[in-house]
Amino acid sequence: MTNETGIGASVRRKEDKRFIIGKGRYLDDITKPGQTYGYFVRSPYAHAKINSIDTSEALNASGVVDILTGPDMEADGIGPIICGWGITSKDGTPHKAPAHPALAVSHVKYVGHQVALVVAETLQEAKDAAELVEIDYEELPHVIEVGDALASDAPQIHDDIPGNLSFDWEIGDRAAAEQAIASAHHVTRMDLRNNRLIPNAMEPRAALGEYDAGTDEITLYTTSQNPHVHRLVLSAFNAVAPEHKLRVIAPDVGGGFGSKIFIYSEETVCAWATKKLNRPIKWTAERSESFLSDAHGRDHETHAEMAFDADGKILGFKVSTKANVGCYLSTFASAVPTYLYGTLLNGQYTMPAIYCEVQAGFTNTAPVDAYRGAGRPEATYVVERMIEVGAREMGIDPGEIRKRNFIPPDAYPYETPVIMAYDSGNYALAMDKAQAAIDYSGFEARKAESAQRGKLRGIGYSAFIEACGIAPSAAVGSLGAGVGLWESAQVRFNPTGSVTVFTGSHSHGQGHETTFAQIVSDQLGVPIDQVEISHGDTGKVPFGMGTYGSRSLAVGGSAIMKAIDKVVEKSKKIAAHTLEASVEDIEHSGGVFSVAGTDKKMTMAEIAFSAYVPHNYPADVEPGMDETAFYDPLNFTFPAGTHIAEVEIDPETGTTEILDWVAVDDFGNVINPMIVEGQVHGGLAQGIGQALLENCVYDKESGQLLTGSYMDYCMPRADDLPTFRVETINTPCTTNPLGVKGCGEAGAISAPAALMNAITNALGKEIDMPATPEKVWRAAQGL
Amino acid sequence: MYEFDYKRPGTIDEVAGLLNDDTVLLAGGQTLIPTLKQRLAQPETLVDLSAIESLRGVCPDGDQLAIGAMTTHAEVANKATIPALASLAGGIGDAQVRNRGTIGGSIANNDPAADYPAAVVGLNAVVNTNRRTIAADDFFTDLFETALEEGEIITNVTFPKPEAAAYIKFDNPASRYAIVGVMVAKTSAGIRVAVTGAGPCVFRQAEMEAALSASFTPQALENIAVSADGLNSDIHASAEYRANLIKVLAKRAVVQING
Repeated sequence: MTNETGIGASVRRKEDKRFIIGKGRYLDDITKPGQTYGYFVRSPYAHAKINSIDTSEALNASGVVDILTGPDMEADGIGPIICGWGITSKDGTPHKAPAHPALAVSHVKYVGHQVALVVAETLQEAKDAAELVEIDYEELPHVIEVGDALASDAPQIHDDIPGNLSFDWEIGDRAAAEQAIASAHHVTRMDLRNNRLIPNAMEPRAALGEYDAGTDEITLYTTSQNPHVHRLVLSAFNAVAPEHKLRVIAPDVGGGFGSKIFIYSEETVCAWATKKLNRPIKWTAERSESFLSDAHGRDHETHAEMAFDADGKILGFKVSTKANVGCYLSTFASAVPTYLYGTLLNGQYTMPAIYCEVQAGFTNTAPVDAYRGAGRPEATYVVERMIEVGAREMGIDPGEIRKRNFIPPDAYPYETPVIMAYDSGNYALAMDKAQAAIDYSGFEARKAESAQRGKLRGIGYSAFIEACGIAPSAAVGSLGAGVGLWESAQVRFNPTGSVTVFTGSHSHGQGHETTFAQIVSDQLGVPIDQVEISHGDTGKVPFGMGTYGSRSLAVGGSAIMKAIDKVVEKSKKIAAHTLEASVEDIEHSGGVFSVAGTDKKMTMAEIAFSAYVPHNYPADVEPGMDETAFYDPLNFTFPAGTHIAEVEIDPETGTTEILDWVAVDDFGNVINPMIVEGQVHGGLAQGIGQALLENCVYDKESGQLLTGSYMDYCMPRADDLPTFRVETINTPCTTNPLGVKGCGEAGAISAPAALMNAITNALGKEIDMPATPEKVWRAAQGL
Repeated sequence: MYEFDYKRPGTIDEVAGLLNDDTVLLAGGQTLIPTLKQRLAQPETLVDLSAIESLRGVCPDGDQLAIGAMTTHAEVANKATIPALASLAGGIGDAQVRNRGTIGGSIANNDPAADYPAAVVGLNAVVNTNRRTIAADDFFTDLFETALEEGEIITNVTFPKPEAAAYIKFDNPASRYAIVGVMVAKTSAGIRVAVTGAGPCVFRQAEMEAALSASFTPQALENIAVSADGLNSDIHASAEYRANLIKVLAKRAVVQING
């Protein structure tokens, strides 16, 4: 039975109504009786010693409730901010992470570093008082770029971490890769810069702590992608409250892109301070604070060497990367440039030998952590720029060289030299479709036409792969993760047949309330308007791991399927009893349970009613219809595809216009094609932003953030983007019950390489991101 | 934002009576309000000009166009009968900015990357104040500096209608201010080429004006070497790149005028 709100239907997003009519409930919309306002005093210096903090005048200012500092937190036994993933260096030593007090105690390490919290009756009063907090700083030398930080004469950022080196990690076979390079027909060598980005979710980070002295419970409302992880860390490591006395609620959250995974200082401070002061405290970041203190993304300096035989077959690949992790190791900062990066350097290709080494260096900048794609855009950028340039150097068509190297469709499961086991894929099919869609064979004629107008036309590929559906707990545990990465789901029928699904995933724009409801509607025949998806509240939802790494559907959706299986199993028993048949004879399809070979049947709604009004009910079945499942994936999923970008450059100004963009992605099975297309569009916009527009710049001299507002940090806007042409192919994932692979990050992962390959194809010269007009102009003019 | 007093007088004379060292005029607020919100300014009193009807409007007057100081960019974009001026106003910021920002506020602020200074100088306009008239060439004096004296209030700007004019702007992709904007105009006072965004303050490109007076063609500009000396250099564009853009945009303006 087809279901027009089931799997595969482009159902309009159920959640959009409340957003469109202004009824979304974001954090700053919440106000509690007796609420106070928090404002953070932040460091104006990139690196300084705190000689003293004098709050006496500020404490006397109008409306001030209290002013709290790092020593106050230490005195209350509040633990430092942690990194949740352990990385082991080449020499077997664990990564080095400096102690990171939520409020600075003795030193500040970057501009924007949190030093004190001013709590006042109004925000205005808090800000007024913040100006009266007198801090005696003694400036110290600072370092901004990771290459400089890892140099022998660099200023020392943390006393106990010599050379500013957090870890020096490796993966793969160095000897084999070097041997392949030494004996190859051709070696392509490049230095590549993956520019530093600032996430810029539409809703800034915010936190509201509310303490109930009667129950001794703290409720923390915060902009989180993973409220249970927040609760766990704040309880187990920061000792804010025991887990059963801490409730974390992430209500409607306006975008995250990774930046709201992490446990930051501000929410830690608000959760602690609300109990200390016995008043609700709300802090909402101003946009300038977001620029300064949200975890930034990317920031790699890489040297890569790719070895080819005479036919363009890849023989070996060696990558050395310096990753800027900022001044402290954020929650997952250590995993991003290692296991989310080095393990994807195999791309879509057969590569006999791969070696990757990564040095992670501390700098006097904001912490760097996962940002949409997280390690995988960096890997794709290196692989896809290298193979493209290799093709150019060897005079091989860039599509052709990729096809010669693709893992063939009959080779799955395919073990790469960098520990991944790809389950499925059909890379040549995606490439063929993309080439046809963009009319690749007509490119030369289009280029000639552009040249007649004095313009430079270019075309560029990105055949990307990512590891999503993060992740099998045993696998990530063996790689250093401090948590498991399973997901939970609870499918609760109400007596009248409507359903509430509680998911440990968290939607901050992805459309879970629709996609997840489609699964239930499809499998159990419940009209979609009778399916409610509940998420984001540790007081309601079973412990879950949240949303990042394109995992919600592959892991969270699979957990829902597992819970549905339990509902079906129980329903069959109830149907068998009621219809006086054996359980084995009950057939289920889309919420209709029938006795095989008869017209006797019961609907899901009838069964649910019977479960709550069990007057005629099997003796060995519990009443109620409320099933919970936890799902731990068997493997990562491996979405992949080919994107082709076509651009035209004005050599007089250096302006790049994107003329066409074809994206053919293999996301496995697709639940809601419209939402998938939207996710691809959003990812592409961010990837194009990175390649063309976005760049986080700190002044090396002063350590100040120069791109601290939208006047200087350029986010992509609609008129910067072309009309995307998006297609999917659907090779089902073999390791999860939905056969889905995940689509949230693909665009951001793929786009930078495709666009830079197109621009450099047009220019006939290699440049780094972002391809600003001046940079492109210089290249076009040979300057 | 710090606390301040707010006044909204109905006449220019009342405004003049309120002005002193601790007052600031509020026109469209597109620079002032963000500055206040970031606590970068602490005026005692804000004097809002929005109640003074005589400061508003686009009034064609023979071969001139008078634009009230409090006329929004959107209104100029919709009503100005000088197409290059309308198009310039329509390219400022975004719709929100254009619906609030005013011509008087913009030129009084004299942001080096603002568009209007190129129009005022390029079209040889006259800035009228409550005290006098100031020729465009004398009005913009330096970075964020103008010829306005203490207590002097812009009332309107009079643009002589040019024979033809074009404004070509190269946006800063982030702020959409001009990295470089060039107004080329055939006016009764001769060919004028005004450049904004590139230097500390709008300036005329005399060499180009001379070349175009001899031959109004893009080729006439080909051999002019625009020096990068004294031009702005920042994270978005070097002085050298701005120098290039001045020439490229001037040529494109000429092409546009020549149709």
